[in-house]
Amino acid sequence: MSVTAPMPSLPVAAAKVSERLRKKASRHVAERVIELLLFGAALLSVFTTAAIVYVLVSESWVFFEHVPLKDFLFDTQWTPLFDDAHFGIMVLLSGTITSSAVALVVAIPLGTIIAIYLSEFAPFAVREVAKPFLELLGGVPTIIYGYFALVFLTPLLQKIYPDLPGFNLLSAGLVMGVMIIPYVASLSEDAMRAVPMSLREGSYAMGATRLQTALRVVMPAATSGIASAYILGISRAVGETMILAVAGGMQPNLTFNPAEPGATITSFIVQVALGDLPHGSIGYQTIFAAGLSLMLMTLFFNLLGYWLRKKYREVY
Amino acid sequence: MNDNMIDASTEQQDLKVKAECRNLNFHYGAFHALKSINLPVYEKKVTALIGPSGCGKSTLLRSFNRMHDLYPGNRYEGEIVMHPDDTNLLAKEVDPIEVRMRISMVFQKPNPFPKSVYENVAYSLRVRGMKSKSELDDRVEHALKGAALWGEVSNRLNDLGANLSGGQQQRLCIARALASDPEILLFDEPTSALDPIATASIEELVTELKDTVTILIVTHNMQQAARISDFTAYMYLGEMIEFGVTDQLFIKPQKKQTEDYITGRFG
Repeated sequence: MSVTAPMPSLPVAAAKVSERLRKKASRHVAERVIELLLFGAALLSVFTTAAIVYVLVSESWVFFEHVPLKDFLFDTQWTPLFDDAHFGIMVLLSGTITSSAVALVVAIPLGTIIAIYLSEFAPFAVREVAKPFLELLGGVPTIIYGYFALVFLTPLLQKIYPDLPGFNLLSAGLVMGVMIIPYVASLSEDAMRAVPMSLREGSYAMGATRLQTALRVVMPAATSGIASAYILGISRAVGETMILAVAGGMQPNLTFNPAEPGATITSFIVQVALGDLPHGSIGYQTIFAAGLSLMLMTLFFNLLGYWLRKKYREVY
Repeated sequence: MNDNMIDASTEQQDLKVKAECRNLNFHYGAFHALKSINLPVYEKKVTALIGPSGCGKSTLLRSFNRMHDLYPGNRYEGEIVMHPDDTNLLAKEVDPIEVRMRISMVFQKPNPFPKSVYENVAYSLRVRGMKSKSELDDRVEHALKGAALWGEVSNRLNDLGANLSGGQQQRLCIARALASDPEILLFDEPTSALDPIATASIEELVTELKDTVTILIVTHNMQQAARISDFTAYMYLGEMIEFGVTDQLFIKPQKKQTEDYITGRFG
């Protein structure tokens, strides 16, 4: 190619160009500073997580030097503070599983029904009032739920079932379910609202009723979001502490019967943390092993949620 | 509507009115979107609604299957009478779900449900309570053949509907609408989201379908209306300006406004 055509002369003088370059350089510095600040903020949260994992793992390491992993996983007694100490995490795990199961039996169906109602049936005005109230339910401190279970729900249940002990996993679980409803309902409703109107119109145009549209088109389209809502509900149930510490009894008890008192991983940690165990004793060390188990459980559910989201994500 | 608009030669074909709008008015809240519409829809013919954006053609189409009932603040006045039973589709006591059982619809953008190809087509039958597997199989196959899609999907009936190409998705939506054997099929700009080849196949399908079903189609594209419809209605600002046999309306429009629109001087 020959460059015969004259270069078009720019109306901008050379000095102005360098001036603009200088401005850009100063802007560049400002952007670097902001970038570093943001990076620092992000790093802080990563660092915190890493530090927690480090503490849990290193302290648990000390624990597992004294207690073989086999005993931890398969022993059927949990008596870390007795002279004849046993460290069977199954005992605490059974309490966690039982109370969470009771809670989820309440929260998942009710939360889903509420979400369907709010997303597909409720008139605009009702939804605008009901949703903040529902979310308020999630803002009630859990200690209040705990005493509600202990002094209101348990006596009520005892009228129906007189043999129910004063501390039990059932009423703690039921109240915990009520606490979790807003998380399940609110997130499921968001997922269902995000389903495009064109899918609903398609369903209605085929002669479907509202309920058919909600159950057969909107819910399948919102599967990934609804699954994440359920997973969050499970994580909340597994991690819930105060309700169980107050109303559940804190007695290590290998049982899957909700009508019995029991300790969960979380309520055991509270118990030990409140007590006066000497720092560095094996009893003190158990809370780190219990904490690590809890963290692995919630990590598992988070990964499961992530996997479900990826698997069922809809591209509209 | 003025009957002498329809040429004597077409009248010999023994035209039957399947449905007609009688003095139809429609309001979106305070907005008067359709003004005293009168329109016949002839049985087993394609009637096209044309006009510039916002003229009310989609609003009119969606009145036929009462889609406006889904949103609050909408109000119909007048009648859409369906023959031969003379039911006023807009009457308060008529359940919109019953209306949608008789009048099905295909949308602008293909909107397959998050289900398999098979279940997409079976949907309109399942919501009517059909459970027999063999009957469903037959109807699904028949509908997919009717929508000229069977050959392409017969070995992938369990794939997600969303995995088909755009044109195939739209034919899937047509199959879905055909499965319940509707009396009238509404098309709301069915090709505006499709490429020219897919558009051609949908147009061909529409002209084939009129042997079995009455078709009302909204289109932005005047050439499309000219190619596939038997009757055309030109609307402007919520009013029905002119209705007539497609060829006559395009060759010799009665109204100046129609002529301006179809010759591209306006709109």
